[in-house]
Amino acid sequence: MRCIKCPVKASVELRRHNSSFCSPHYLEFVRNQLARNVKRLRMFAPEDRILVAISGGKDSLALWDLLLEAGYSAVGLHIQLGIGEYSVRSAEVSQDFAQSRGAELIEFSLDQELGMGVPLLSRVLRRPPCSGCGLNKRYLFNKIALERGFTVVATGHNLDDEAATLMGNVLRWQREQLARQSPSLESNHPQMVRKVKPLYTLTERETASYCLIRGIDYVVEECPNAKGAHSLLYKDILNRIETESPGTKQQFFQGFLARMRPALQREQTVDLLACEECGQPTTGEVCSYCRMKDRVQNYIAVNAPNGASRRDT
Amino acid sequence: MDVIIRNPVRRELQLQGSRRVKQLLKELDLNPESHIVIRGESLLTGDEMLRDQDRVEILSAISGG
Repeated sequence: MRCIKCPVKASVELRRHNSSFCSPHYLEFVRNQLARNVKRLRMFAPEDRILVAISGGKDSLALWDLLLEAGYSAVGLHIQLGIGEYSVRSAEVSQDFAQSRGAELIEFSLDQELGMGVPLLSRVLRRPPCSGCGLNKRYLFNKIALERGFTVVATGHNLDDEAATLMGNVLRWQREQLARQSPSLESNHPQMVRKVKPLYTLTERETASYCLIRGIDYVVEECPNAKGAHSLLYKDILNRIETESPGTKQQFFQGFLARMRPALQREQTVDLLACEECGQPTTGEVCSYCRMKDRVQNYIAVNAPNGASRRDT
Repeated sequence: MDVIIRNPVRRELQLQGSRRVKQLLKELDLNPESHIVIRGESLLTGDEMLRDQDRVEILSAISGG
């Protein structure tokens, strides 16, 4: 199989685009996807200060690499989640990437912020680990961006992530989540920073291929808490359909954005208030992060007044 | 050929006989949409022929949570 742009042997085949590329032309394809997505959805401008959420996985590191290469002001933010060796390796990979590019990486520890990491937090809240993890990350990305003067938060969510989330939202007919699902969420509150997902048209295989060709070392291991997650089941189902019918994932998500989300947005009128405790945007009096933090502090006061982190395994 | 699978747990297999990348993935029941096959430094497309002396790595591209 040859590259569609030159006579060289192809290294990546993209069946949904009926295309195949050699490594240099594949990198060009990915760069063009990013540039097109940023422009089409007006995600950010050259003068914006971008805070890039860095997990140490392929998607976030590919995004950071692409933004730095394109000349954007892109600072990484890595939140250490306290998930054993997985978190240690994730932090090391993020630090190594930042050092190799001479880029700034802000590091933040959930243990320092809350007094515990994700595993103990899950037990204290009696909720799945991914639930507490997601709540913390969403809150902290916005808070740190605001405090440090960033104008936009960028995450490495890819087409598989978005199509799987959409499938989950549709299967449960979660109208509010459907109305909010977008690769570019404008700020609708003075304390809310714009959030963008510039890689939303690339699949996981495509971001992984980008990292491999660019020689980016990323955490291949799965988060131990992801085992059995619904999102993995949905991704598997969607990829089985994709194998038989290339382009389905893209049509599913982009069709939603073009034809369904505008209608859902019109009926969505949620007034955001300022949280009475932290000032961050919320639909109630106290935001879900502060409610969670109160429960955590109560737990620590009763069970581990000298610090919970030592028991957080 | 030597086949190293990181899905994401690492395991190694030895297979006899030439076959194309897409045939190898089918035999191993691995979806080509979510796996990358690498030989040396090169990423391989589905039509690439693999020989007995080859050593290939199959990497899962899926992450989640």
